[in-house]
Amino acid sequence: MARSVSNRAKALNTAVAGTLGFLMFFPILWIIVLSFKTEEDAIRAPLEVLFNSGWTLESFFTVQERSDYFKHFSNSVIISLGSTFLGLLIAVPAAWAMAFVPAKHTKNVLMWMLSTKMLPPVGVLVPIYLIFRDYGLLDTRIGLVFVLMMMNLPIIIWMLYTYFKEIPGEILEAARMDGASLREEILYVLTPMAIPGMASTVLLNIILAWNEAFWTLNLTAAKAAPLTAFIASYSSPEGLFYAKLSAASIMAIAPILIMGWFSQKQLVRGLTFGAVK
Amino acid sequence: MKLKSALIGASALVSLATTAALADEITVATVNNADMIVMQKLAPKWEEATGHTINWVVLEENILRQRTTQDIATNGGSFDIIFIGAYEAPIWGANGWLTSLNDFADDSDYDLNDIFQLVRNGLSADGNLYGVPLYSETSFTFYRTDIFEAAGLEAPTEQITYTELRDNYIAKVHDPDNGIFGTCQRGKAGWGENMAFVGPLANAFGARWFDEEWQPQLDSPEWHAAVNYYVDLMNAYGPPGATANGHNENRALFKDGKCATWVDATSAANDVRNPNTSSVADVTDFFQAPKQVTDKGTGWFWSWALAIPASSQKADIAKDFLKWGTSKEYFEMVGESEGWVAVPSGTRASVADDPRYLEAAPFSTTIKEAIFAADPADPTLLPVPYTGIQFVAIPEFQGIGNYVGQQVSAALAGQQSVEEALTNSQQFAVREMTKAGYIE
Repeated sequence: MARSVSNRAKALNTAVAGTLGFLMFFPILWIIVLSFKTEEDAIRAPLEVLFNSGWTLESFFTVQERSDYFKHFSNSVIISLGSTFLGLLIAVPAAWAMAFVPAKHTKNVLMWMLSTKMLPPVGVLVPIYLIFRDYGLLDTRIGLVFVLMMMNLPIIIWMLYTYFKEIPGEILEAARMDGASLREEILYVLTPMAIPGMASTVLLNIILAWNEAFWTLNLTAAKAAPLTAFIASYSSPEGLFYAKLSAASIMAIAPILIMGWFSQKQLVRGLTFGAVK
Repeated sequence: MKLKSALIGASALVSLATTAALADEITVATVNNADMIVMQKLAPKWEEATGHTINWVVLEENILRQRTTQDIATNGGSFDIIFIGAYEAPIWGANGWLTSLNDFADDSDYDLNDIFQLVRNGLSADGNLYGVPLYSETSFTFYRTDIFEAAGLEAPTEQITYTELRDNYIAKVHDPDNGIFGTCQRGKAGWGENMAFVGPLANAFGARWFDEEWQPQLDSPEWHAAVNYYVDLMNAYGPPGATANGHNENRALFKDGKCATWVDATSAANDVRNPNTSSVADVTDFFQAPKQVTDKGTGWFWSWALAIPASSQKADIAKDFLKWGTSKEYFEMVGESEGWVAVPSGTRASVADDPRYLEAAPFSTTIKEAIFAADPADPTLLPVPYTGIQFVAIPEFQGIGNYVGQQVSAALAGQQSVEEALTNSQQFAVREMTKAGYIE
């Protein structure tokens, strides 16, 4: 039986949720506001910024003129999509094996994979840098695809493992009895049933790869630099760059924000998959 | 006729092919500041003249420092030219991480001796030059002539003490009710932020970072006097929230007419005196950074320079660009295209003495004198084993300077006393210097 909630409680909950939502969104909102100001206006007191200064697209034009936005954008697209789909190629069979053919130490292997995410990336920076140097992978997109795939692989496997566990093994067994091969079983039976989960895994990993700023800044120079490097180039301790930095940030996060906005239903559905039985 | 045309065509093709074969690309890692933006704007002229192309990697200063350190320390070879400061050049040069630029002296057109000796020394180690400067700076006092005049004050013509600055000037012009603060100084934590002001202030009070045996001296009475002065001054006459204010924020406050005085980088003078970017361009003038018990080390010295990592495979092309970007002709080009007030200051005698520059930037003589007054080799009242005025030219300083900056900033914010800040700083410095093997 559903619990009755008073109108007052509903209003209070709505107000608290709205306030929290606003607080979380406020930094982005402020970046948006600053991106439409001149540098001189951007550093004024907040009330002056809002009510006592004009609006301009100057910073966007300057940023586009000074930096090649589309080069950075295409690098971001290639790196985030590439690393996610390469990760899926490895993670789907791995998660299938762990979910449907568990071995004695499967749980330990899963925990070990997760534990690799607990290591600060800077701890392995120098060895990875040296490997990249020796194999000519510094400042290459393929190098970044590989390293971001490795960084996100534990998350991909864990998410897929959780979704696969929700699928009754009997269905796969029935497919096998009907003569489906392992490839057909994964491709035509398992995958369609796990689509919501896989979609949210893909979306989440694209977002993670898009926003990744440690490896993308450390392993690139000019050719493979994605939008994170594009943003970093507008921060300076000398001179005023707040408006341009804000404009660059908006240009960098806009594609992923739009993608997130349109796919939020899918994302939420996938993330809550199996939460209610 | 046909044969002639064919020969001309063939020779043109050969010429094109040769140029294409010789053309190469270099990668330049730099920060995003006004002078480098101008260089990026003018660089296509060098590209056209040589056929080479430049990949610019523009990063925030701290990221650039970390990224270039990592690359040259591991011999990564990602960059052919890097933008570094007077702190890194001698340390990295001595480590063998940078290419020597001694052969620039052989190029009479480049005229290396035209670059101030002090600046060249700051970018050298063991007699070898490791960077060529784009601009250099020291610190001096910015003040508002209109506010001084309204208060019946005359700017000092000789170097005054910090006590005089506070009591005779700042206290008399402080008018927060009308949005004017007596002084704006850096409060944001960091060795390149608040410590760039506090370091020379401590020098003026007779303090030093280390004694001759490398023993940290941060809990000395001189450091206490200096930091107490700083905290009291900022609490009494500074803007609210000063711990968030670094160079940028103070520059903006000063340009917006909110500060009566400001002791900071001479390189900001061009911007503050530019009527297109500053509301106080016509009512700002300068005098020397104050002294206290000594006049040694009272104005800092810093230089931004271009250097070539030893790992670069294209050192010859990189040298060619370095010569172009720091040549007399380059400065002339900046003067012609951006206006003479925008010419990078504090490096070449020929620029400092150029009548066009003197006319556009009449304060440049004050800058030149202030730079010449700085002596990084003799920065303190008592003898020290290090060089550097607002920094100590050892690799460990970055960590120590940042920590002390955080402690001083916390004292300014009222989160702890000056006593606690300096006790913590001393303990940290002792630990770091012991770990590094300077002391036992």
